[in-house]
Amino acid sequence: MEKFKTHTSQAIPLNIANVDTDQIIPARFLKATDKKGFGDNVFRDWRFNKAGKAVSNFSLNNPLYSGSILIAGDNFGCGSSREHAAWALVGFGFKVIVSSFFADIFKGNALNNGLLPVQVSEGFLNALFAAIDTDASTLFEVNLEAQTISIKGTNLSESFEIDPYKKTCMINGYDDIDYLLSKKELIEAFELQKPY
Amino acid sequence: MKKTLFDKVWDAHVVDTVENGPQVLYIDKHLIHEVTSPQAFNELEERNIPVFRPQQIAATADHNTPTLEQHLPVKDELSRKQLAQLSENCRKNNITLYELGHKYNGIVHVMAPELGITQPGMTMVCGDSHTSTHGAFGTIAFGIGTSQVAQVFASQCLLLSKPKSLRVTVNGTLKNGVLSKDVILYIISKLGTNSGTGYFCEYAGDVFEKMSMEGRMTVCNMSIEMGARGGMIAPDETTFDYVKGREFAPKNEAFDKKVAYWKTLPTDDGAPFDKEYFFDAEDIEPMVTYGTNPGMGIKISDKIPVNNDPSFKKSLQYMNFEAGKSLIDTPINFVFIGSCTNSRIEDFRVAADYVKGKKKAKNVTAWLVPGSKQVETQIIEEGLKDIFNDAGFELRQPGCSACLAMNDDKIPQNEYCVSTSNRNFEGRQGQGARTILASPLMAAATAIEGKIIDITKQLN
Repeated sequence: MEKFKTHTSQAIPLNIANVDTDQIIPARFLKATDKKGFGDNVFRDWRFNKAGKAVSNFSLNNPLYSGSILIAGDNFGCGSSREHAAWALVGFGFKVIVSSFFADIFKGNALNNGLLPVQVSEGFLNALFAAIDTDASTLFEVNLEAQTISIKGTNLSESFEIDPYKKTCMINGYDDIDYLLSKKELIEAFELQKPY
Repeated sequence: MKKTLFDKVWDAHVVDTVENGPQVLYIDKHLIHEVTSPQAFNELEERNIPVFRPQQIAATADHNTPTLEQHLPVKDELSRKQLAQLSENCRKNNITLYELGHKYNGIVHVMAPELGITQPGMTMVCGDSHTSTHGAFGTIAFGIGTSQVAQVFASQCLLLSKPKSLRVTVNGTLKNGVLSKDVILYIISKLGTNSGTGYFCEYAGDVFEKMSMEGRMTVCNMSIEMGARGGMIAPDETTFDYVKGREFAPKNEAFDKKVAYWKTLPTDDGAPFDKEYFFDAEDIEPMVTYGTNPGMGIKISDKIPVNNDPSFKKSLQYMNFEAGKSLIDTPINFVFIGSCTNSRIEDFRVAADYVKGKKKAKNVTAWLVPGSKQVETQIIEEGLKDIFNDAGFELRQPGCSACLAMNDDKIPQNEYCVSTSNRNFEGRQGQGARTILASPLMAAATAIEGKIIDITKQLN
């Protein structure tokens, strides 16, 4: 996994609540047996109509917006456990997703793929949307070590929570398999004396 | 200290605790299917890590399988490859696979309980969010991502922070025509799609105590639709009777010993929950959804609420519904009875009981997709197939089918489908398809009438 310390970029707004993983990557694209290529189909049915024509007013197609930060409405990533959603967002080039609330499984999947979910207050989320509205070229800085997200050129900033263990993993590029394998002896001992 | 059902099962599975961090939780049973496992197998292979406990894994092919002519090679090339990959991965790693055509093949959350793989007090995971289904047995069961599938392959454990606890109590007697599906749709409509996020939910009260195991599975199945990673119901005699005698259930003395342990699992009186909700069974009616998430549900006698939120309006626009209107009399051309929520024998019995002697409306295509080969066999043996055939319903072969429309079972653009599945997301049942979630009884009645009706008017 890639290491993550700080990230500065423009952002793409997606001001819709309850974005589910079926929208992020529709089920018909889940037939691949590797992790590649999902980025091409991220938000497929919002980006393209059934004839395959780009939907011009959808923010990911709008030339006004660019960058590797996605700013999304409340309860982002609900629904299916498909990690393909995280692969699709990473494949498209996103490094950070900001929302006022994330669904559990999506959040874990994102963290396991070096995609940082940044949960902010509703008020700050609105400030982020307003900043893009005013100037689409606004830069946003996410500092994982300091656990802050700020709007460059303003004094607007907010801190965010992250599990300290997961933070260490992201900063160092470690994953859980390494940690679990280091506990093999404990696991085997547990199996011999299960309390149930 | 007084403990909840969840505490008892969780605490018994903690191998280790990371300082200021998550816990290492031991996983008893790991279920896998073709869609979310291949990348995990690849990862292990690339890192040269063996599968640690293959005998604790069971595999099935379900998400991406055809529901017609299963004896023939799968037509879609990508699907065929994905299924072949699963077979190959299971063979290489000595994992039991119930592949297409196997007498135990079926939807992962139907197959495992019916084989007795699911037992009270266990921890179970699967790369599928509806793994919460198995919580009906008093099991900690939850969906995981593919990275976590790889972690369980490698270590039979997961690194997790203990979720908070939530209890939903429903007391009273359900009205005629109100099924377990209506109970959970009602709960989600009251609590919303993210009220359970970060929590594990226990369902308690008369309503769940009186429910069959099939009904309990329907309820726990949809816990994820309110954001909860899992849902649980305390194991009782109903649970023990269901598990007893199944293929992989403990036998004789071993079973009795397990039952004695399972009886210690229910939540202690006075054990604390982080959040509690109470509902009256009498307030519940047959439910239908009108929007694009499972929280957007109403009682059949209610009208679509008025709400100015842009996401809400976008949702109604997609569904082509108007705020303030009733769903009764909405013409419907497609009906789907199936999915890990409602594809067990009881669901087909309820539908058949209503359908018997009637004919489906001419405009309706009605698909019945059993949850497993065993359910399919039961449908035939109990004579339900004849009832459905006479009524003009189409009984297909087992699989996830039109619940997520990964295979060819898709609802056409702009068409409504009254579906017993679990998600009404945009495009879930096919690009541009409009899903209305309901119980198997409401679905059967819709197929007969060709439109949504208030079933209680016929029953009372």
